[in-house]
Amino acid sequence: MNRENDIQRKSQRQALILGLVVVAMFGFGFAMVPLYKLVCSVAGINNIADSGGRVRSDVYLPGKVDRSRTITVEFDATLNTGLPWELLPAVKKVKVHPGEINVVSWHVKNNSDRKIVAQAVPGVTPWQATEYLEKIECFCFTQQTLAPGESREMPLRFVIDAKLPESIKTLTLSYTFMDTDRSALKAAGQS
Amino acid sequence: MSTAEMAHEADHHGPPKGWKRWVFSTNHKDIGTMYLIFALVMLFLGGAMAMVIRAELYMPGLQIVDPDTYNNLVTNHALIMVFGLVMPAAAGMANWMIPMMIGAPDMALPRLNNLSFWLLPAAGTMLVLSMLIGFIPGTGQQVNTGWTLYPPLSIQAGMGMDMLIFTIHLLGISSILASINIVTTILNMRAPGMTLMKMPLFVWAWLFTGLLLIVIMPVLAGGVTMLLFDRHFGTAFFDAAGGGDPVLFQHLFWFFGHPEVYVLLLPSIGVLGLIIPTFSRKPLFGYKPLVWFMGILFALGLVVWAHHQYTVGMSLGAVTYFMIGTILISIPVGLMIFNFIFTMWRGSLTFETPMLFAIAIILMFSFAGVTGVMLAVVPADLQYHDTYFVVAHFHYALVPGAVFGLYAGVFYWLPKWTGHMYDEKLGKIFFWWTTIAFNITFFPQHFSGLAGMPRRIVDYSIQFTEFNVVSSLGAFAFGLSHLLFLYIIIKTIRGGKEATNKPWEGAQVGTPGLEWDLSSPPPFHSFTTPPAIK
Ligand SMILES: [Cu+2]
Repeated sequence: MNRENDIQRKSQRQALILGLVVVAMFGFGFAMVPLYKLVCSVAGINNIADSGGRVRSDVYLPGKVDRSRTITVEFDATLNTGLPWELLPAVKKVKVHPGEINVVSWHVKNNSDRKIVAQAVPGVTPWQATEYLEKIECFCFTQQTLAPGESREMPLRFVIDAKLPESIKTLTLSYTFMDTDRSALKAAGQS
Repeated sequence: MSTAEMAHEADHHGPPKGWKRWVFSTNHKDIGTMYLIFALVMLFLGGAMAMVIRAELYMPGLQIVDPDTYNNLVTNHALIMVFGLVMPAAAGMANWMIPMMIGAPDMALPRLNNLSFWLLPAAGTMLVLSMLIGFIPGTGQQVNTGWTLYPPLSIQAGMGMDMLIFTIHLLGISSILASINIVTTILNMRAPGMTLMKMPLFVWAWLFTGLLLIVIMPVLAGGVTMLLFDRHFGTAFFDAAGGGDPVLFQHLFWFFGHPEVYVLLLPSIGVLGLIIPTFSRKPLFGYKPLVWFMGILFALGLVVWAHHQYTVGMSLGAVTYFMIGTILISIPVGLMIFNFIFTMWRGSLTFETPMLFAIAIILMFSFAGVTGVMLAVVPADLQYHDTYFVVAHFHYALVPGAVFGLYAGVFYWLPKWTGHMYDEKLGKIFFWWTTIAFNITFFPQHFSGLAGMPRRIVDYSIQFTEFNVVSSLGAFAFGLSHLLFLYIIIKTIRGGKEATNKPWEGAQVGTPGLEWDLSSPPPFHSFTTPPAIK
């Protein structure tokens, strides 16, 4: 009988320890939210475009325009589900030389009857070109707030780095605008 | 009568009569039986869904279900088979066999055991409702994400998704409690002399399975909780516009999802570790290394999850790490297979149904291992990702590796459980029928996948028609074979040749085999006094 009681107590203690492991692992999942961003930005492992290990310079050096090369930059505009805006680049594509500063105006309009705050997320195809497209001024740097019916022309200023690999002749810069208000996406799914 | 009184009562008398025996049960065998019956019900439910899926895919175009319903079925088929069939069936066998194998009177925490089972029917009902509720107008989009529940689609889905999240919480609690119980039972309830290194391989397999579940289940629970918050409380854990990252969910999901594969596989590997020596009449070859391999699998399995996410755009360094880690896993798994083959080598083999399954599992599971290494290779995977090649791969891994392993266990232990021998002839017919039909179903999917047929889509391009016709016909035969399985089980429960204490001649070769010292069926309480270990 003594042995049985001993076993009983030992089992309960172990069950408690294992229960604590469960709680800790549940917390671990939530701890991943800040840690994941931290690890990814420190180690640079979240982005395939960072793979080259090249240190990017944020300083633009003028007077190094490479007129021997012409690169076609295409623009693409996407609106995330449930965002009642319109988004259009002034031109579908531009031909540019590496090193020169280019400006393209983007038109955006809020077609709804409520104020909406949205954020644009850029993407470059092919991904190998990502680090060579330097945005000097971009509407994607901040959130954009539009009143009902309001429209706006937004400038995009960028430079193609002269070190862009020879093989890349065309690249696509794509923007997706997303409603920062969570419930909009949900409402769109319901309809 | 409460469970407390019940536990006390049962110490002195036999099982109580009527429904109370089951609802308040604290007896490891009764709870094991309920787990197995639950799993059997879920097998037919998940199987019926698979039949609808294959009927829809019999021809290109839309015939039976609309695209949303199709994806809803795909989602629920996976969840039911993983959480409703394999995990409960494995837990049922653990409940039945582990106390007997280690010479214990019952599980360490019998009342907790009652709770972990009875959460399951609730969770199962909720799971089915999560699928059905989408058909009621005004409840939003159906659960059409696949079992991986990736946002943002899972954030857009309707009310069914909330029920599914609740289901996962219930299932998680149930399997965590069951695992805690099994681990403490193994650590504390062994009879004197039953050292860890004398335990049957099945017990070792469940020790690792239990620990693995304790580590991974809470992470999934955390992930779906965040999903729930994103859906209803305005947080943005996974929403890019709000500063979150949808890929974070994928990491959390697969941190659970990859080890989950071992949760499904390990109990069956444990069953093979008993069946192969029994019918080879030779001790298990390399028992100690096998335990080590399972330990290595446990550790490696926790750090390779992102091989499911090669296409999300991780850095080349990261994908290289996950590729090498994944390929490394094939080494302990391959060695396990060799251990089983060497156990058979020069043994005096007989081919009863469990052994036939064991041999077929070794062949088909090795094949899944080979396609697994193909999928682990980053540049190749970018091509195979989300095609039927992946579907074929994981069905070859999980149907033989997990489900057939459990079938083998059912045939191996049915005489012990029921006191009757099953019909060997019918058992063999079932084996050949189900194995051949399985291969007809899933083998062609390798080809349609390599040719580019995407998964989780209701329709397909007409050049894939032939493969899909073959696959569907195989699936119907595969589904039908399970009616025979059910018939064999019922027939064995109702009668048949008396089973002796040790119906398999080789059952105690090289192992204490305590469970075979008990009568068939065993008494209500297994070992009231600890048995002597030979
Ligand atoms: Cu995996």
